[in-house]
Amino acid sequence: MDDQPPALDPPQEPESAEPQDAHGRGHGPYQPHEPGYGLDQPGYNPYEDEVPDPQTRMLAIKNAKAYLLKTSTKSGLNLYDHFANILTKVLDEQPTNTVDIIENISKDVKWAQFRKKMDTLRDEPLISPTFEAAEKCKALFVKEFGDEHEGVEEEMGQPTLPNVMEAAFYFEQAGIGLNKDESYYIFLALKNLINVQPIQTCRFWGKILGLEMNYIIAEVQLREGEGEEEEETGEEGEGTTAEGEKETGEAGEDEEKEAEPPKSTYKPPPPIPKEPNGTGTNKYVYFVCNGPGKPWVKLPPVTPAQIVCARKIKKFFTGWLDAPIVSFPPFPGNEANYLRAQIARISAGTHVSPTGFYQFAEEEEEEEEGADTYEENPEFEPPPVAEMVESLATWAHHVKGILKQGRCVWINPVQKSEENEEEDDEEEEEEEEEEQQEERGPPLLTLISEDEGMKDIPAWSTQASTNLIPEYSVAILQSNRWPGAYAFASGGKFENIYFGWGHKYSPESYTPELPPPAEAEFPSGPEITETVDPTVEEEMAFKIAQEEALAEAEEEEDEEGEDD
Amino acid sequence: MEALSLPAALELVAGGGAGLSPERRAALAVSLPLVQRDYRFERVWFWGCIQGVRGAYYIAEGLGPDRAAPRSRLYSLNCVDWSLLTPATKEMLALAEEVKGRFQGDPSFEYNLAEINSEAAARLVEGGKEPVMKEEARLIATIEQIDRAVGIVPRGAFVKTPLGSVHENRHFEGLSLVEAKKLSSYFHFTDPVNLKNKTLLEKADLDPSTDFLDSLEHDIPRGSWSMQLEKGGTVVVLRSLLWLGLTFYHVPMTKQFGYVYFGTGEKNLDLPFML
Repeated sequence: MDDQPPALDPPQEPESAEPQDAHGRGHGPYQPHEPGYGLDQPGYNPYEDEVPDPQTRMLAIKNAKAYLLKTSTKSGLNLYDHFANILTKVLDEQPTNTVDIIENISKDVKWAQFRKKMDTLRDEPLISPTFEAAEKCKALFVKEFGDEHEGVEEEMGQPTLPNVMEAAFYFEQAGIGLNKDESYYIFLALKNLINVQPIQTCRFWGKILGLEMNYIIAEVQLREGEGEEEEETGEEGEGTTAEGEKETGEAGEDEEKEAEPPKSTYKPPPPIPKEPNGTGTNKYVYFVCNGPGKPWVKLPPVTPAQIVCARKIKKFFTGWLDAPIVSFPPFPGNEANYLRAQIARISAGTHVSPTGFYQFAEEEEEEEEGADTYEENPEFEPPPVAEMVESLATWAHHVKGILKQGRCVWINPVQKSEENEEEDDEEEEEEEEEEQQEERGPPLLTLISEDEGMKDIPAWSTQASTNLIPEYSVAILQSNRWPGAYAFASGGKFENIYFGWGHKYSPESYTPELPPPAEAEFPSGPEITETVDPTVEEEMAFKIAQEEALAEAEEEEDEEGEDD
Repeated sequence: MEALSLPAALELVAGGGAGLSPERRAALAVSLPLVQRDYRFERVWFWGCIQGVRGAYYIAEGLGPDRAAPRSRLYSLNCVDWSLLTPATKEMLALAEEVKGRFQGDPSFEYNLAEINSEAAARLVEGGKEPVMKEEARLIATIEQIDRAVGIVPRGAFVKTPLGSVHENRHFEGLSLVEAKKLSSYFHFTDPVNLKNKTLLEKADLDPSTDFLDSLEHDIPRGSWSMQLEKGGTVVVLRSLLWLGLTFYHVPMTKQFGYVYFGTGEKNLDLPFML
């Protein structure tokens, strides 16, 4: 490049070195003291006279171009293509002040080379989670062909699919509920559930939020005879474990005959049996899923111990049914059990219906045991919405409240201990000591106006859905004890639902239960109470006294001997 | 959330079960533009709803040219008539911490401080005021606390100009799906507290125009945000566990984001036990 004088052949050189450009680029103007001063003037270049032949010039141009086309060993690019790309980009985009950002443009062009290669790798994993979920939801929309035939032959046990969209519409009037798409997916998911499981009645219970995933819960009643299999296996399981414990107990006794520590006389209180399926807290069976389109899982029945423990802890749900619950007091079960216990508590506390909608089947029995069943009142006349909003006496609970014991129907736990054949005497004593008071809860169908409030907050808040159009408004009930529990009533329709985190409201902060007091080790008696050791003088005095007593006894014998 | 995008946004946060009735939505669509006109706000955000025992408060915020300036807040009982709330003062914030329990739903209700905290009541009496706290003041303080603690925006949505004012970033195209799943991509939209404590090495990576706020990564306690992908992975929903009811949504790769509060206005002090 440098063998051709700049002034002679300006058009032939790709990177022209005209005097003006030299100034612009910062190489000139050359000062008098710098080498090269004056060389850019015509006639002063040392090689001026030597004009190369045209052929050599062509060769030189080809050499130059070949040099530009040489690929770099590091990156595989070559200068010629790079310049071509830069010029293409500059001419396409025509940015302002190109000369100032030319280095950045060059860098961007080089960077663009890399991006192309990685594009195909990046696209696929990003999109798949969305598409998978969409596939699952699409599966909900498939109509099974078997349905058409079954629908014709309607039998008595036709399960009733709840009209989720209708309930969603009424709740929406109050601003409660999921968006319409999600409600519809839930609708379809419930339909799938009914097709798969032997279900008699079904209802959308609500949604409980969790940390990683949420739960959608359906309350169902299974057809008769379906739920009993699990109960039997549960009892068998308990029987085998009890036998296993007895065996290990006997083996332990054989081994440790030598030095046995005193056996504790502590007998844990017998576990309170859970209520049989179909009654009390286990009246309904609950199915949960993490989202519409995901499989439904049946929750196990709830035991009173779980309810009692659930009252003492407050934990967020994570969304995984098999997650352990780490808490104090230790919760007997995993998240599925805790979820079931909270569902039972919420149902017992907040499921209400307009007064008079349900009535007792037989009005003669006033005992609690008979009041478990209720039926719809065919002569129910719904009171006007304004009245339902004003007075809480127009609403009644239709689920039995849970007693402190953890069941709906009180059971005397001591009765169960008849099975143990050992130590009957002690048990009789215990019965006298710990007479448990029979608990009585409020009877079924109590009005909610009798629910106690907390401090100065009533247990329920009512409102009408709209004040502007009273003739079409809906009466809405919100629970303050279980925030997230709602009920609506309009005309003869009503529904309960729950949207929330699954915890009870308490005005005070949650305090975990304190650990129980330390237990006494063993009863103190004279053999183990500490006394001060006798001193040497006392021992000597005692010894002397003993010797004197012996001497007196010998003298008496001697005397007696002499008498004989 | 932006008042203009209210219908779409409400659909996205409805996963928690809370929303607005059609009547309220229609009223908001009508009254919020009028609020913008009357108070000369540049933007109006629907902040949310605080549920009281006997009624609910609907809150809106208005923003001026500098989005990070203290926002004006308005409240309404029926989404039609809006009243301006005074800015929060430190005394209000201190007193509001003492008052616990639900809101009543009546703005003129007075909490009797003598029962709750006699010291504060004594101080007030010395100052010549009555030992009560009005519900309106409690409302102001609660909104301020919620905004400070859990009001969040995605990274890159707002830029700070060299003059100090904050504007929306017109070139914000949304977070990518990978970024959207990280807590560090979301910032508290309030004066930063932890920023100056970052090491020089971390600060070198930050871009001062977009990284001028605290991120959610170092929130105490850890795990006080629940992040979920809803609607088949198209929406990222963040729910705060400290203030139950605050929901933030963002659709990755789009400009849609916002947060809204539907709740009782009470801090969840049991959070450490519940995690």
